[in-house]
Amino acid sequence: MNKKLRILVAKPGLDGHDRGAKVVARALRDAGFEVIYTGLHQTPEMIVTAAIQEDVNAIGLSILSGAHMTLFPNVLKLLKKQKAFDILLFGGGIIPEEDKKKLYKSGIGKLFGPGTPTSEIVEYLKKFFKTE
Amino acid sequence: MTIIENNKDHANQILHRIYHRTSHAWRIGITGPPGAGKSTLVEKLAIDFVKHNKTVGIVCIDPTSPFSGGAILGDRVRMSSLFLDPKIFIRSMATRGSLGGVARATNEVCDLLDAFHKDIIIIETIGVGQVELDVAGIANTTIVVLVPEAGDSIQTMKAGLMEIGDIFVVNKSDREGADRLMMEIESVLEMKNSLRTPPVLKTVATEGHGIAELYNCIIEHQKYLVSSGDFTKQKREKITSEIVELVDSKIRSNLWKNQKINTYLTQLVNKIIKGQQTPYNASEKLIKIWKTAGGK
Amino acid sequence: MKKKTNEKETKVLNSKRIITETISGISLKAIYVPTDIKSLNYDRDLGFPGEYPFTRAIRETMYRGRLWTMRQFSGFGTSKDTNKRYKFLLAHGETGLSVAFDFPTLYGRDSDEQISAGEVGKCGVAISSLADMETLFDGIPLDKVSTSMTINGPASVVWAFYIAAAENRGIKSHILRGTIQNDILKEYIAQKSWIFPPEPSMRIITDIMEFGAKHVPQWNTISISGYHIREAGSTAVQELAFTLADGFTYVEAGIKAGLDVDVFAPRLSYFFNSHLDFFEEIAKYRAARRIWAREMKNRYKAKKQESLLLRFHTQTAGCTLTAQQPENNIVRTAFQGLAAVLGGTQSLHTNSMDETWALPTEKAVLIALRTQQIIANETGVANVIDPLAGSYFIESLTNEIEKEAYKYFDKINKLGGMVKAIENGFPQREIADAAYRYQKAVEEKRRIVVGVNDFVLDEEKIEIPILKINKSVEQEQHKRLSFLRKKRNNSKVQKSLKAVKHAAQTKENIMYPILDAAKAYATLGEICNAMKEVFGVYKEPPMF
Repeated sequence: MNKKLRILVAKPGLDGHDRGAKVVARALRDAGFEVIYTGLHQTPEMIVTAAIQEDVNAIGLSILSGAHMTLFPNVLKLLKKQKAFDILLFGGGIIPEEDKKKLYKSGIGKLFGPGTPTSEIVEYLKKFFKTE
Repeated sequence: MTIIENNKDHANQILHRIYHRTSHAWRIGITGPPGAGKSTLVEKLAIDFVKHNKTVGIVCIDPTSPFSGGAILGDRVRMSSLFLDPKIFIRSMATRGSLGGVARATNEVCDLLDAFHKDIIIIETIGVGQVELDVAGIANTTIVVLVPEAGDSIQTMKAGLMEIGDIFVVNKSDREGADRLMMEIESVLEMKNSLRTPPVLKTVATEGHGIAELYNCIIEHQKYLVSSGDFTKQKREKITSEIVELVDSKIRSNLWKNQKINTYLTQLVNKIIKGQQTPYNASEKLIKIWKTAGGK
Repeated sequence: MKKKTNEKETKVLNSKRIITETISGISLKAIYVPTDIKSLNYDRDLGFPGEYPFTRAIRETMYRGRLWTMRQFSGFGTSKDTNKRYKFLLAHGETGLSVAFDFPTLYGRDSDEQISAGEVGKCGVAISSLADMETLFDGIPLDKVSTSMTINGPASVVWAFYIAAAENRGIKSHILRGTIQNDILKEYIAQKSWIFPPEPSMRIITDIMEFGAKHVPQWNTISISGYHIREAGSTAVQELAFTLADGFTYVEAGIKAGLDVDVFAPRLSYFFNSHLDFFEEIAKYRAARRIWAREMKNRYKAKKQESLLLRFHTQTAGCTLTAQQPENNIVRTAFQGLAAVLGGTQSLHTNSMDETWALPTEKAVLIALRTQQIIANETGVANVIDPLAGSYFIESLTNEIEKEAYKYFDKINKLGGMVKAIENGFPQREIADAAYRYQKAVEEKRRIVVGVNDFVLDEEKIEIPILKINKSVEQEQHKRLSFLRKKRNNSKVQKSLKAVKHAAQTKENIMYPILDAAKAYATLGEICNAMKEVFGVYKEPPMF
């Protein structure tokens, strides 16, 4: 039947710049994903609760405010606490290279910076979840 | 819920096992045109139910894009104040090709919420097309939400909308035209010949006005259904249509999986193109073949 | 006048480059000729500098008398860190200050609130109280510089901090010069740093306008902004139309509140983006001036000349900068700065090349400042007023953009005005659509972004220094705040907060109790919470 990939797109923290998140959400929709957009000003608790209720395959966080070294680890910690080990955590925004490396080490999926074509994000997710 | 949405056969086993635990929850369908403020209304209503010590399951449905097969499920966004309430569970569903305003699996997802002890289940649909009819089949109480936007009048509303509402709500009632719209709805409803005239309420969901009254109307409707015997009637109809649908879908899938049938189908199509048959006698032929094959 | 043969045109069409429109979708011809502007009337459509309709310039002498203000938007870490950066910029020739606040401050939250964790000082300076404001401007003569503050939701409070800081130094509010952004409508559309719902926000704005007219007459009480609308993905026409529509809404709000239009209108200012399509931007600024002057005169019956002048600040487009080959951003910024100057901006901020990676380093911001100084002193473009006037192309494009803007005004009017349009999600949807279209154009290579989808370097190494915000900033702010809360007169603070709440519930001008609370060292979060209790909090209807 219809097996669909469900992705949660969220903007954690106070950052209100959602142009990227919205464009990505739309691109994912156009690529056949079901996108649950949680809106702005989400706390890690709100994001993880929503992700579990919606049983998503992945969570995509958009952070441009520089708070990524706090927010990504917090979400990851909560996912682990809730035993949601199979939910992929990925994202994008303004994240310097050395911070990216640190985040990758802690088990976070790919982080996409400015200028990334949306097709690259789609490919990554499709490959990760091994669908055509 | 994901299993239910994705895999029919396995799903039926799960649903079979939980069935005895269902039909405790009261299902409320909320429908209406886009922009009516349904999500805000759902949010406020859910909070009210929790205040009355009930647990709530919310199912929000958004359309799947017919081109890409994907969807943006954006109703949850409007209920972010509910995310962390342990008494509330929110699930977003895409219609996935279903022509109505509910997804194919919506009824079953509601069954799950029911089985997991949710007292109230609120189903929010997208409110376009023939939607309304679908949600009425799932909900015990159907609420139709309208708004007094410029130019809208009852005449332009689809007939079905007025038929299925158990309760009518004029939201954003602080805007111009609210009273007029309310009167229009009331006059249409009065003209119907029915034992119960659905109430019409005014709300301003964003401010929380009219929510308590809506809550009361729902309770009142619940009492009415049970006492009048309509609830039992509704239940029988639902169960009947559920069985019919399950059998229907099983037969269909078996039928079209059959190799013989498929081969014949192609042959018949060719014959029709050549002008040797019509779809009408072709279908009779297929049915005969199906019967002789033991209808397997 | 004979038209050129079709031969050449066909050649152009057959070659790989097919150009038919500006970055905003306005049709372009290969060449513009006198007949394209045959209905142009100099006096009616252009006017001389400093004369209605001010298309050419709002001042008689423009840059020949005084250059635009070079005002670099900055702020990061603690007020001490930013104070240092301000002194650096002033020493290197900046002529105006511009404050960038961190996210907690933008949302009216103190640095030590839970929701601020991880965000303090990261993309702007943390200001939680009058004490922070005083440190921010330590050693800077507030009676001599003009300061622009990008603050919206809590603008009333932050402005009060500034006024109080000046007063504590014996500087009267009458001589303070500057701007608060205070443009709540565009927050709902684009920047999203709102606090309260639209109605109470408008009331605060009219209170600010009234207070400003009485006590801080040289202060621009709103900077009606298009920058953020553009950054969110809109076209140039949408930027112009939505911004002016916001402007008209504020004018109407002021008039409705009983203020005389000629008293508050002269203190309304604008803030535009300077994007990549060079000539389109210049035409946009000129159209803006003409539309504003005409509407203020004919629709709102303003009588004073000052009420008809569209004065604006410009920032070069952040969204056009690339993370790849960041040095190229210096070039993009230079062209965008040039367009703003040719468009007659009163004040300019040029972006730094490293802003797709972090906040600017000293080196990067210095180059950005020098860019302006080179434009001003070396290129000669500032020596003649509105040098592009009369160009068949520029005048044609100015007319075209104006026409398209009016189409949007009609749509917005039909929806019942800008506030209703925003509630319906109209501008938000238009912007999201335009952003998506642009993204698609880039991905399909119909629009080239050098270094990103063409002229790419395979193995890129970033060789410019990247600014890091010290982790200790947040802890330092926590310490400062707990010290403040102990040292101040807490009963005075409680009293002042009650007065703010009371004013919120009545029709009193809310600036007076806010100023008192600021002087008592109530924190930003405390004062905003007092208002939140009465006004509530806004929730957006998200549009895709």
